[in-house]
Amino acid sequence: MRAFTYERATSPVQAAAAAAANPDAKFIAGGTNLLDLMKLEIETPAHLIDVNGLGLDTIEATSEGGLRIGALVRNTDLAADERVRRDYGVLSRAILAGASGQLRNRATTAGNLLQRTRCPYFYDTAQPCNKRQPGSGCSAIGGFSRQLGIVGTSEACIATNPSDMAVAMRVLDATVETVKPDATTRRIPVAEFHRLPGDTPQIETVLERGEFITAVTLPAPVGGKHLYRKVRDRASYAFALVSVAAVIQQDGTGRIAVGGVAHKPWRVEAAESELPRGAKVAAERLLAGATPTHENAFKVPLVERTLGSVLDEARS
Amino acid sequence: MKFDKPETTNPIDQLKVVGQPVNRVDGPLKVTGAATYAYEWHDPHARLAYGYPVGSTIAKGRIASMDLSRARTAPGVVAIVTAKEAGQLGKGSRNTATLLGGPEVEHYHQAIAVVVAETFEQARAAAALVHVTYEEAEGRFDLTAEKDGLGPTESDVKVGEFETAFAEAAVRLDETYTTPDQSHAMMEPHASLAAWDGDKLTIWTSNQMIAWSVGDVAKTLKIPPANVRVISPYIGGGFGSKLFVRSDMILAALGSRAAGRPVKIALPRPFLMNNTTHRPATIQRIRIGAGRDGRITAIAHEGWSGNLPDGDPENAVDQTKLLYAGAHRLTGNRLATLDLPEGNAMRAPGEAPGLMALEIAMDEMAERLGLDPIEFRVINDTQVDPGNPARPFSHRQLVECLRVGAGRFGWAARDARPGTARDGRWLKGIGVAAGFRNNLTMKSGARVRLDRRGVVTVETDMTDIGTGSYTIIAQTAAEMMGLPIERISVRLGDSSFPVSAGSGGQWGANSATAGVYAACVKLRETVAQRLGFNSKDAVFADGEVRSGDRRVSLAQAASDGELVVEDTIEFGNLKKTHQQSTFAAHFVEVAVDAATAETRVRRMLSVCAAGRILNPKTARSQVIGAMTMGVGGALMEELAVDTRRGFFVNHDLAGYEVPVHADIPHQEVIFLDEVDPMSSPMKAKGVGELGLCGVGAAVANAVYNATGIRVRSYPITLDKLITQLPGAS
Ligand SMILES: Cc1cc2nc3c(=O)[nH]c(=O)nc-3n(C[C@H](O)[C@H](O)[C@H](O)COP(=O)(O)OP(=O)(O)OC[C@H]3O[C@@H](n4cnc5c(N)ncnc54)[C@H](O)[C@@H]3O)c2cc1C
Ligand code: SF4
Repeated sequence: MRAFTYERATSPVQAAAAAAANPDAKFIAGGTNLLDLMKLEIETPAHLIDVNGLGLDTIEATSEGGLRIGALVRNTDLAADERVRRDYGVLSRAILAGASGQLRNRATTAGNLLQRTRCPYFYDTAQPCNKRQPGSGCSAIGGFSRQLGIVGTSEACIATNPSDMAVAMRVLDATVETVKPDATTRRIPVAEFHRLPGDTPQIETVLERGEFITAVTLPAPVGGKHLYRKVRDRASYAFALVSVAAVIQQDGTGRIAVGGVAHKPWRVEAAESELPRGAKVAAERLLAGATPTHENAFKVPLVERTLGSVLDEARS
Repeated sequence: MKFDKPETTNPIDQLKVVGQPVNRVDGPLKVTGAATYAYEWHDPHARLAYGYPVGSTIAKGRIASMDLSRARTAPGVVAIVTAKEAGQLGKGSRNTATLLGGPEVEHYHQAIAVVVAETFEQARAAAALVHVTYEEAEGRFDLTAEKDGLGPTESDVKVGEFETAFAEAAVRLDETYTTPDQSHAMMEPHASLAAWDGDKLTIWTSNQMIAWSVGDVAKTLKIPPANVRVISPYIGGGFGSKLFVRSDMILAALGSRAAGRPVKIALPRPFLMNNTTHRPATIQRIRIGAGRDGRITAIAHEGWSGNLPDGDPENAVDQTKLLYAGAHRLTGNRLATLDLPEGNAMRAPGEAPGLMALEIAMDEMAERLGLDPIEFRVINDTQVDPGNPARPFSHRQLVECLRVGAGRFGWAARDARPGTARDGRWLKGIGVAAGFRNNLTMKSGARVRLDRRGVVTVETDMTDIGTGSYTIIAQTAAEMMGLPIERISVRLGDSSFPVSAGSGGQWGANSATAGVYAACVKLRETVAQRLGFNSKDAVFADGEVRSGDRRVSLAQAASDGELVVEDTIEFGNLKKTHQQSTFAAHFVEVAVDAATAETRVRRMLSVCAAGRILNPKTARSQVIGAMTMGVGGALMEELAVDTRRGFFVNHDLAGYEVPVHADIPHQEVIFLDEVDPMSSPMKAKGVGELGLCGVGAAVANAVYNATGIRVRSYPITLDKLITQLPGAS
């Protein structure tokens, strides 16, 4: 870990301005991802802006009938919130499927959205990795890629976004609210928040320099059955090989998003219109153009079968 | 004491303390954090410094240049040691690769420098500033690619005419199985604190074999063994990765010498996989021929594995010499040279991967014969060494293990037709496998002291790697001296104590307690003499020595000063005349998600026949831990080899998955009533590795029973099932 300077932010705008003023600055929230990366010198911020004192830790009703989740609401509190459990069950289930109790107690809503990939080569600073060191190459292509992405990948990077919560946020059409260093605010649909790797896998979101997340809002509840199925090699405490977040209505229509397959939570609205025709057709649309590696080709049938199982469960 | 004839009755047979489910005597220390693990030694007066290793980032080649200038001037840096600064080093007799590499690099993450600084954080930060360039050499990293060139060797063991008998057999199986490289992944990483006093070195560390360490540290540093003291009273798991001196000890010693201060080092977690040792991957070909009556006539087991030059093979074929009958036999290992990190012992080396393969083969063969897998094994039981029928097993209850387990687990209710049992979205299956592990014995010494309070202190360099050594040694001394266990104090893991068997190969419990037994026999004689008893008639009970009407308190014997005696148990010829092994039957029920192919274990049972069980509570803990490790090996553990760059890619505990609580369901352990007078005066054998041997195959066989899919390549992850499951497109 490199030495760094440290300050406590006094307001969201001040935090944003401080971050913009120092190109090597990073916000630190729960620290459950950032500190691990700093210890391995994958992240090497010279300055940390601690945002834990800013409040932003409540969940409030919005005038549109939805919820505004403060950026610093802890994952544990978000998953346990009565309104979330009642109206947005998929979100609660997704969060509880991730990490461990201790980690969720620390992890924040914004930090979770911004957690970085779990590609094993990203974690070894001696190995080429375009995401960690732009231009150095991608070790995973042609290497150990079992966990990695199958759709929306690029020749520069095939990593996945590992967040469970983000998959549920995507299926719920959440919106990320931010403040910029100049105090202007903006609302970014979560669909547009994460980027595909393209030629610049190091740029993972549309956030601008210094831009600070203040909240995530959920639109009014849409009803339906809320399911989150996470498929993994062990029963707990593992990242998803594939996950499916689904909100399925009684008539068989609904929404689905898939985790563990792409650089962002993967949702294709056009595929959803196929849901009443079954998992096979929907999965085909969802994964159209998939380019799996030899090692992760199993994710293609896995998505279809998991989706099928989720639809069965929704019907039962 | 020489142990060379079958034991008759001795004081241990009273079983007042031995054989009882005594709680761990070191338990309170551990749960309160008072037990000092290697990295926790702290002397506020010593000017302790911290070391951090630098690992090679190539697998094979040479260091072309090493720029230490930025690291040297980094805050807090006290010293940096590379091979150059270290001068000529030796190599431990149990090490394959050198522990401080350079200029030659033998494997990825081989230590090539240690940076010593005032704080851990400073050492870590400075280590990242060491700049190294390499001349990379081509290496061999792919066992499958190397396999073809490797055929029979002169060390193959042949009995009868295998090829002919196999060709003539009515029913045949010829299949190949693979097991991956595995990591010990124990909780406590390797850690050491080294301090020099003149030319005398003391290392507080975490190591299973104290005397081996003394010898190999001395050899590596080219100093006399008498100048090395190793202390390791508590060990947070080792599973074989701490049998040997590893880089933490040598780097701490070199760093401390350079810094002129005590230096503490823990290997960072990502170093565990590539810097230390691992269980090598295997490719195993098994051929079994049998008559229609189910009797095996021919059995062959060949194993391929790889290691660094001068390394050993993973001996996956050994159990096949002994487990089942059959007149015609062939076993052999083929070793490839690979430039991956050093392969070495991991819990039940050989048998663990060997049985993962052999016991699937037995299940497959039973099916081909139309026999129940338990009956097939029973038909082929042997009470003698099949390669040398004049040599009986000292005690073999494999059939009893299978029968008892079958009854307890409800085997009869199993439908042998795969894919027939269902529970909602889950396909259910039940599998069985035999467990087998040889009972090794090792010379083991102990010193016992009786003080005037009537407290007996045992000192031996035996280690407790979480197994319960403290407890069973206390039980042994308590039984022998007629004392309650509270009056026994046990001190372990210090090279100033008599050399013991150490912890490895499941030899520790039986051998080390036998050493304590020997020392206690001597103490009893000394006490009897002191108190004027005839040592033959003297009875030691309730803190007293009694004979006829006379009773004297034990403490009385030490009224003029402490009595101190020492002895060592040495094992004679009995293992030559009698094959000593331990046996188990493992039963597993799994459920496989019919959609996703995720396999989850539902219940497990292991029935073990392993001599006298010295403490059913600690033994049970050993076996359930081993069963858990078996589930890991069956379903998830695999070091992923990057065959281009020559290293294990998933080198942390997020990437290398081991079972978590949620993976482990109800586990039951049954120990058959057994004493084995051929094994030692304790009549005990080992259980710590037995509990692992065969578990993986029981899981694999259960998966087959659930799905009808035979996976011959571990781990059985869902990708190996998904395209063959019913309903797959
Ligand atoms: C062992 C382990 C297992 C895990 N398993 C899972 C799992 O199964 N599923 C899963 O989804 N996750 C898992 N996680 C990841 C975990 O969910 C994340 O670490 C956590 O959500 C990150 O939140 P944080 O508040 O600690 O973020 P931090 O580490 O504090 O920050 C993460 C990033 O977000 C930035 N940031 C934080 N707050 C803001 C803000 N308000 N505005 C702008 N930028 C901000 C930081 O600068 C940093 O770059 C696991 C983590 C660990 C360590
Ligand atoms: S997949 Fe992406 S994160 Fe992984 S090595 Fe390639 S560039 Fe790096």
